[in-house]
Amino acid sequence: MKLFNFFLSVIFIFIFTIANSSEKQSELKNKISKNIRCLICQGQSVYDSQSDFAVSVQLMIEQKLEEGLNEDEIYEFLKDLYGQWIVYDPEFNKNTLILWILPILLFLTGGAIIIRKLKIKKL
Amino acid sequence: MKNKTLLILILLFFAFCFVVFLKGLKTSNIYIPETTLNKDLAVFASKDFFTGDQISFDEIFVNSEFYILNIWASWCLPCKKEHKFLMQLSKNKSIKLIGLNYKDKRKNAQKFIGKLGNPYSAIFTDEDGTISIKLGAYGIPETYVIDKNRKIIKKIIGPLNKKLLKEVSLIIR
Repeated sequence: MKLFNFFLSVIFIFIFTIANSSEKQSELKNKISKNIRCLICQGQSVYDSQSDFAVSVQLMIEQKLEEGLNEDEIYEFLKDLYGQWIVYDPEFNKNTLILWILPILLFLTGGAIIIRKLKIKKL
Repeated sequence: MKNKTLLILILLFFAFCFVVFLKGLKTSNIYIPETTLNKDLAVFASKDFFTGDQISFDEIFVNSEFYILNIWASWCLPCKKEHKFLMQLSKNKSIKLIGLNYKDKRKNAQKFIGKLGNPYSAIFTDEDGTISIKLGAYGIPETYVIDKNRKIIKKIIGPLNKKLLKEVSLIIR
């Protein structure tokens, strides 16, 4: 009986581990495909689209995950094939510098103005 | 004085934003894929269309000055349109024309080339579309001009036509 229980728990743990890892992989696949632009659709991600292109890209993402590539490596792989445009998140480079810096600058300036105003009021 | 400086700074900031956005408005936001490339051909292996045997691209992309890789399917109407141009290209002995049959039913594809002629010296099959993604394809038909070093030198998105055929002929001359 003890042996039976032991085997049962081993099988249970095994199934649970497999199910958990495949669920994690599927979540990651969805996350990546949501950040990949469907290049032949109007404003849709690969995740949202059912076009041949999107379906094939999703399959490719799945294959690459199975090969052991991580999220960033998959983005790099697709960027190498289709260019920067394929990812929704723009890369930090000299062309996108303003795009990344401007919101931070605005936030800091706004914050500074508010603090100053509050200080003046207190005085 | 302080208020004036602040006002000038704010005005300058808005002027800067205005110029940036105005410049942005003038640049086209229509995505144009790159068609002149100098990229290595992706490494792939797939089933031979006729025999069903697994073949590597290494076995096919050999002994030619230029290769033309064409992605096609029997269900694709533009492929039908461009087929006559592929037949013309196949007469050129300095090139090797290779087909990649995309997400197609074998029976229909066989009918297609049986009826319109087979311009290809070899045909690979791409059952799930992933080989086309490895090649950087957007859809079908798509044609790649590849040199003897297996570098993609030109990518043609959409069907071939007279003008594009001339362009290809100029490259492979």
